[in-house]
Amino acid sequence: MTTHARHLRGLTIVTAVTVTVALILVFFYAPLDANQGFIQKIFYIHVPLAIVSLVGFVLGGVFAVAYLRTGDRIWDMRSYCAIHMALIFSVGGLVAGSIWAKASWGHWWVWSEPTLVSYLIVILLFCTYQPLRFSIEDPERQARYAAVFAVVCGAFVPINFAVVRASTQFLHPRVLNLEGGNLPGSMKLAFYTSLVGIALLYATLMKYEMTAKATRSEVRRLRRRVLGDDELRPLGRTAAPQ
Amino acid sequence: MHDSTTLAILRKDLLLELRTLETVPSMALLSIITFVIFHFGLNRDVLSGQLAAGVLTVTLLFAAMLAINRLFVAEREQGGFDAFLLAPVDRTAMLFAKAGALFVFMVVLEVVAVPAFALFETPPRMGHSLPGLILILVLADIAFAVIGTFVSALAVHTRARDLIGPIIGLPLLLPALIATARGIGPLLSHGASGSPPLKWVAVLALYDLFNALLAYGLFDFLLED
Repeated sequence: MTTHARHLRGLTIVTAVTVTVALILVFFYAPLDANQGFIQKIFYIHVPLAIVSLVGFVLGGVFAVAYLRTGDRIWDMRSYCAIHMALIFSVGGLVAGSIWAKASWGHWWVWSEPTLVSYLIVILLFCTYQPLRFSIEDPERQARYAAVFAVVCGAFVPINFAVVRASTQFLHPRVLNLEGGNLPGSMKLAFYTSLVGIALLYATLMKYEMTAKATRSEVRRLRRRVLGDDELRPLGRTAAPQ
Repeated sequence: MHDSTTLAILRKDLLLELRTLETVPSMALLSIITFVIFHFGLNRDVLSGQLAAGVLTVTLLFAAMLAINRLFVAEREQGGFDAFLLAPVDRTAMLFAKAGALFVFMVVLEVVAVPAFALFETPPRMGHSLPGLILILVLADIAFAVIGTFVSALAVHTRARDLIGPIIGLPLLLPALIATARGIGPLLSHGASGSPPLKWVAVLALYDLFNALLAYGLFDFLLED
């Protein structure tokens, strides 16, 4: 049993319950939007996905700082999994956002919308994380370079949003502004439950990924002990930390 | 100590470029060819405003990518990295020297490319707006120099360094490119006042500062071995 697997079952149950409750609130409790009708429900999925993925990117940078400070490979693994999961979530957020944009603004893609454009730039940047790792063979150097990249890109996320926002007019609804948004109470409850649900889903999936990777290397270690070095095929090149 | 190391590496790079004439002439040639391509692609004799700014920014970016890809190649192929790591000097001297060399390359390139741009695309009010244009281009060159050095150092030890460099570099440069293009656009439009938009000058300067601090803090990790 590795350290990653601790609390995994409990976390999974809590996540499943929260996501279910969030979906019930979204579809049966929150009122229909006066202007947009049923399509507005996608907002409860799209916005949490976007927020969680951006936080995940920054989190990858924070873990990378910890790796550079301590040199402990566990932080490299955390940084990798945080960015990997955030990338998956961000693609989901982008697709959901595009569907919503088509339904409410009439276009799949709107260039005059800074939040959308800066989100795309961030995704394009983090898409290079895996190719970068993959093209460095030495595992120690791979971890170190990936960490430097993650720190720069984690810091890039908020700066990029500020610059792109400065270049265009507002169109995106501001949900989380300093005045607390303008959602009615029932919508707010559904939204925050959904946000917590997606955040828990992110944490759970990230934990599963780390557990799977740790288990795989543990199995490999045991096979080597039982069967000897000759029976094991050599590891192929990989972007993932080992 | 710090400054003398930086100056020594910078002097070496500039001398090398002066004797081999490898990078800057190729950059200049590439930028002129790009202007010609844009002329036929857009099919206009006169470019003005945001369109002219976009053409100039993209052309400079192409030229910068050439220099960024080649920046550390000599160090890698001829063992300069190992020698530098053996020497008892501050590692960040390499960052300053390489960024300085890249900055000089870009300035020399622009001395050729901007007149060529004026000749081929004949943007209006160019002479009138020249001081503002120079200010923005200098700030853009700092962004190219700092981010380019960082990306080049990151990519040079990877297997596919010619691919990794541009795909990481372009998104990181994007905020600087937005600010450059938006800053130059009003300078080249009909009836331009000649002063650059302060908002974009400030954005560019802050982005330069932000990246310089990040590169300064992280560059050591890219040279360790």
